[in-house]
Amino acid sequence: MPLNIIEKFSISYMQILDEKGNVDPELEPDLSRDDLLKLYHYMTLSRMVDSRMLNLQRQGRLGTLPACTGQEASFCASVLAIKNTDWFAGSYRELGGRLMRGDSLLNLLYLYNGFEEGSYNYENNRTLPISIILASQLPHAVGLAYGSRLQGEKDTVALVLFGDGSTSEGDFHEALNFAGVLNAPVVFLCQNNQYAISTPRKLQTKSATIAQKAIAYGIPGIQVDGNDVLAVYKSVKDAVTRARNNEGPSLIEAFTYRMLMHTTADDPTRYRDDQEVERWKEKDPLKRFKIFLTNKKLWDDKKQLDLENELKQTIDETVKQFESKNDFKPDAPFDYVFEHPGSTLEEQRMDFLENLKKETEND
Amino acid sequence: MTKINMVQSLNRTLHQIMESDEKVLIMGEDVGLNGGVFRVTEGLFEKYGRKRVIDSPIAESSILGVAIGMAISGLKPVVEMQFSGFSYLMMHQLEGNASRMRTRSRGQFTVPLVVRMPYGGGIRALEHHSESKEVYFAHTAGVKVVIPSSPSNAGLLLKAAINDPDPVIFMEPKRSYRSFKENVSDDNEKITLGSAQILKRGDDITIISWGAMMRDTLKAVQDLEEETGFNPEVIDLLTISPMDTRTIVESVKKTGRCVIIQEAQKSFGPASEIIALINDQALMYLEATVKRVTMYDVPFPLFGRELLYMPSIEKIKRAVLETLNE
Ligand SMILES: Cc1ncc(C[n+]2csc(CCOP(=O)(O)OP(=O)(O)O)c2C)c(N)n1
Repeated sequence: MPLNIIEKFSISYMQILDEKGNVDPELEPDLSRDDLLKLYHYMTLSRMVDSRMLNLQRQGRLGTLPACTGQEASFCASVLAIKNTDWFAGSYRELGGRLMRGDSLLNLLYLYNGFEEGSYNYENNRTLPISIILASQLPHAVGLAYGSRLQGEKDTVALVLFGDGSTSEGDFHEALNFAGVLNAPVVFLCQNNQYAISTPRKLQTKSATIAQKAIAYGIPGIQVDGNDVLAVYKSVKDAVTRARNNEGPSLIEAFTYRMLMHTTADDPTRYRDDQEVERWKEKDPLKRFKIFLTNKKLWDDKKQLDLENELKQTIDETVKQFESKNDFKPDAPFDYVFEHPGSTLEEQRMDFLENLKKETEND
Repeated sequence: MTKINMVQSLNRTLHQIMESDEKVLIMGEDVGLNGGVFRVTEGLFEKYGRKRVIDSPIAESSILGVAIGMAISGLKPVVEMQFSGFSYLMMHQLEGNASRMRTRSRGQFTVPLVVRMPYGGGIRALEHHSESKEVYFAHTAGVKVVIPSSPSNAGLLLKAAINDPDPVIFMEPKRSYRSFKENVSDDNEKITLGSAQILKRGDDITIISWGAMMRDTLKAVQDLEEETGFNPEVIDLLTISPMDTRTIVESVKKTGRCVIIQEAQKSFGPASEIIALINDQALMYLEATVKRVTMYDVPFPLFGRELLYMPSIEKIKRAVLETLNE
């Protein structure tokens, strides 16, 4: 008997705004002037904050940090496509997206200076904290989305971000499968920045794309230019719309590049060459977005200068505040272990404080 | 004789073993081209190639699962968990399979593999990069748990772990990775798994520790020796499980006093086990309650406060003095 083809699949790639700033008018999403400017604002802020934090790290004023430069379109345009009432979960490489969700630079400085006080403080409490355990946030997003629906919220969705390396973890596969089975309103956005730490994408998977992994779980998958704000926005918006309409989860692969080190503890010259980095500079997401805005008469050099000055001033002030004296208590790590700590832990807190007193007396 | 640090010692041992035993294979995240995030596997990829030094996908569960298969097939995998904080993803393979394959197959299949992982605090790291969870592994029958404390014992223990016929969790105190150097001899010195080491003989008090805490413990002991002239016995556990109970019990019977320094949180740790052991076998010899200096039962604090929470030289000295004066 001849073999019959019983299923056929293909994967599309979407680009709307190319490296030179040309737009495909057919696909161009309908974004208001305010949204476009907000997006540009946060992408610029993210880039500036990233470089300031790296500077502070080099001076020994912050601990180990991830670098987010180059991926602004992926994490900012995706966040723009959800509402404040939607859930957001991510890893640690979505700086501008977190700022858009209402995290503050001050908190991030505290966090990366090793203080619990900075680890959670969102204006929007539908944002999960940074997740360092790779892919562990994906199943959470499935549960958040499903849980909100079950409790009567008719159009809440969850957006979850993660890296290409994370797609090798069981949690990635299990979450996609689970979401498909539950028809959960989740959007999985993989920021494929081409590297885990030193390990390139092609050593993570033999698949030609990350997007095609959706096929195995029966959900839509698409690869988009992750440095193109319009493609990221449109693909996420489309997926969100499907999710809101009870059409289930989607996977989006945002094809981007990590321009700097994995974290400040990493030396990328050990595993990739400068020419590759140079080539990706041409594809910078901010550069082409600026051309786009300029062509739309929404942007000019003066506005750019004003924005940079304004952001620099805010950042300077925040850094100053960060470096001024704080009133953090030494026993804060005991604060959020349990709602009802019980006697063992309370005794330990007393013991800790007593010890501390003895130590300061000895000094 | 050359003075080298712990990373260099581990690296040297791996090079020696890869050279002498072609069944040994290295696998883990970023262990190849990058030489591991702490450079413990540096140079192996260049020398032995991608077939024996595998940059694996990020999948801790399968790193151990695949290694179990490799071990059953006859290889001796030495796999790396990039940080112990990510090793929990392999727990089901450890508890459900690595530890029981010998039992379940009635000796037909054995799993001679080593899982290396940096652990411990004090290096100003991000969340999940500072815990000491040796007890998770020690609570699994059929798995050995080994923790070196110095450049010289690290290499020897790693060699013993690789040559051991059963699965070994090899926890590397990353705070001690580069903090000091030692002469590491090239001769055929040996340490057997399951033996603690008496670093200092004495009869006033038994002081027990392991891993990165050994360094602070020795400093505290040295200070107190100068200040009080006391004569302590100091034990480096080296193997957490199975524990060298005889060395501990004999020492405590002799000294009648004991302090244990454990970097892990207080409750349910190896220190609790040692106290239970003393209770079982040396209770009548005690002249003071057994003390432990530990972390608190809180999620490991971020680095801004970590040193306040970890055992310190001062805390160790206070506990020892209190025990001596009790
Ligand atoms: C479960 C787990 N394993 C290992 C690590 C160590 N680690 C931190 S980041 C990283 C690479 C992650 O790559 P990817 O998912 O592509 O995200 P990116 O860092 O590129 O944003 C690794 C291996 C971790 N954080 N969690």
